[in-house]
Amino acid sequence: MSDQPQQFGIETEDLCLWYEKFQALIDVSVKVKDGLITSLIGPSGCGKTTLLRCFNRINERYGYVTSTGIIKLLGKNIYDDDVSLIELRKAVGMVFQRPNPLPISVYENIVFGLKIHTSRKDLNRVKLDEAVEQALTEVGMWNDLKDHLNRRAIDLQLEQQQKLCIARLLPLKPRIILMDEPCSALDVGGTSAIEELMYSLKDRYTILIVTHNMAQARRASDECIFMLLGELIEHSRTEELFLNPKDSRTADYIEGRYG
Amino acid sequence: MPPNSVRFKAERPPPRRSTIAVVGESILETLIRLAGMSAIIFVLAIFYFIFKEAFPIFGSEEFSLGEFLFSTQWYPTSETNVRYGIAALIVGTMCVSGLAVVVAVPFSLGSAIYISEFCGPMAKEALKIIIELLAAIPSVVWGFIGLTVTSALVMKYTGAQVGINVLNGGVILALMCVPIITSIAEDALKAVPDSYREAAMALGATRWQIVYKILLPAAKNGLLAAVLLGVGRAVGETMAVLMATGHAVQIPQGLPFGWILDSVRTLTANIASELGEAPTQSDHYRVLFLTGVLLFIITFMVNLTADLVVRGIRRKQ
Repeated sequence: MSDQPQQFGIETEDLCLWYEKFQALIDVSVKVKDGLITSLIGPSGCGKTTLLRCFNRINERYGYVTSTGIIKLLGKNIYDDDVSLIELRKAVGMVFQRPNPLPISVYENIVFGLKIHTSRKDLNRVKLDEAVEQALTEVGMWNDLKDHLNRRAIDLQLEQQQKLCIARLLPLKPRIILMDEPCSALDVGGTSAIEELMYSLKDRYTILIVTHNMAQARRASDECIFMLLGELIEHSRTEELFLNPKDSRTADYIEGRYG
Repeated sequence: MPPNSVRFKAERPPPRRSTIAVVGESILETLIRLAGMSAIIFVLAIFYFIFKEAFPIFGSEEFSLGEFLFSTQWYPTSETNVRYGIAALIVGTMCVSGLAVVVAVPFSLGSAIYISEFCGPMAKEALKIIIELLAAIPSVVWGFIGLTVTSALVMKYTGAQVGINVLNGGVILALMCVPIITSIAEDALKAVPDSYREAAMALGATRWQIVYKILLPAAKNGLLAAVLLGVGRAVGETMAVLMATGHAVQIPQGLPFGWILDSVRTLTANIASELGEAPTQSDHYRVLFLTGVLLFIITFMVNLTADLVVRGIRRKQ
């Protein structure tokens, strides 16, 4: 039932963001529900990716970005003094447009997060092995890769690489997974495999996915956010947004009149 | 209908090019081909020339290859007992360039990492320009600095009797290698795809963790090539080491550290200082050319290794 109270995974209030002088986000206020897949759609340059990249503060790696407003993840303001960037990024996983496994083995890719966040004496081979098996099982690749854990991750097929990029987030037990067009480099089979994977993960995570593919948003997400020119235009349940858009700009976009 | 296409062709003749353009282009093409080939020709010609000058020494009774390579006795102008042993010069070259590389590598890699990963865009531009400027200082000027500034410092802080020694030459040479190693190492780091940095950063890695867990392993071949080119530079450098190392033919003594305060002479400095005084076609002259052949082989091997290492990276990526 949609009117039951739910916890929000991500909330923003009046979020504005500038790349130098260019304002990429304009007063974005959004509440993304926990345990659902929410998709972000809109034409190129509308700020979807920028918004996504606010939530693990990875936008800040470029010195020329400034922002105002409030961002809360699981009720906690991520700009509070007691929030460390490292802990934030541990709790918020990100999957990128092009699969970007690190240039090390499959095994090392999956334990990379554990190794950088745990002191060496708390880690042992058994623990790491378990984490690898669990993560690969969860993304459905354990049977394929259990004998190839020492292969270089960048030699895998693209679909496997992207699944690996999801798998390497899991040992850190994130609460939120951000996906930036995770299927745009994949073929049809790879796309549906990633979508199934998202579906199997969704209960335990808040998943926010940027997509260019309206059909994907429609079939794979529970809620949908439409953005245009840096503004949030409409946010509702996916079928609602596609069948009965409230804003005429949303209607025009999903009918393909521009974009 | 076929006639149609014929008429079409007739209406649009191929554009006619002037004779000058046709001939001029082929001349230009020949010229640039020659320019390209000339590099190979020059290298072969240089090698042929120094080898031709050196080769007749093998027929001389005063000379044996074993003595040349393994004897420390360098008395090319002795009236009674001429000896051509360059072992001390080889050791001198190895000491000075080895010390230079040991000093230069940490500084160069450190600054390459800083420039590529840590500093802001303004500082980055400024540093790159300054480092290029450092590379543009003539080696004889470095020699002056070695002879006056650093040798005085070496005497003051180490208590050495003579300031122009291995340490002094090594430091000067290190300063000369730093710009080369830094700029090539920085290129190698820059070539690591940004997606690796973002991936690691999004997993919560600190900048330093990104550097040593991802960037250094990913760029290791390029960094190795940078160091090897630095070695090549150090081995081949002449003027600055001639002025800064003291020019004494001896194997430096005293382990573990005493040796760095001894004066030495290097292969390059020896050639530069003696060739002008050796009578043409004499044994002394030919031995100096043979030393040149040896140097050529050393630097050729180092550069070839560096090149192969870099090619290795390209093939993998």
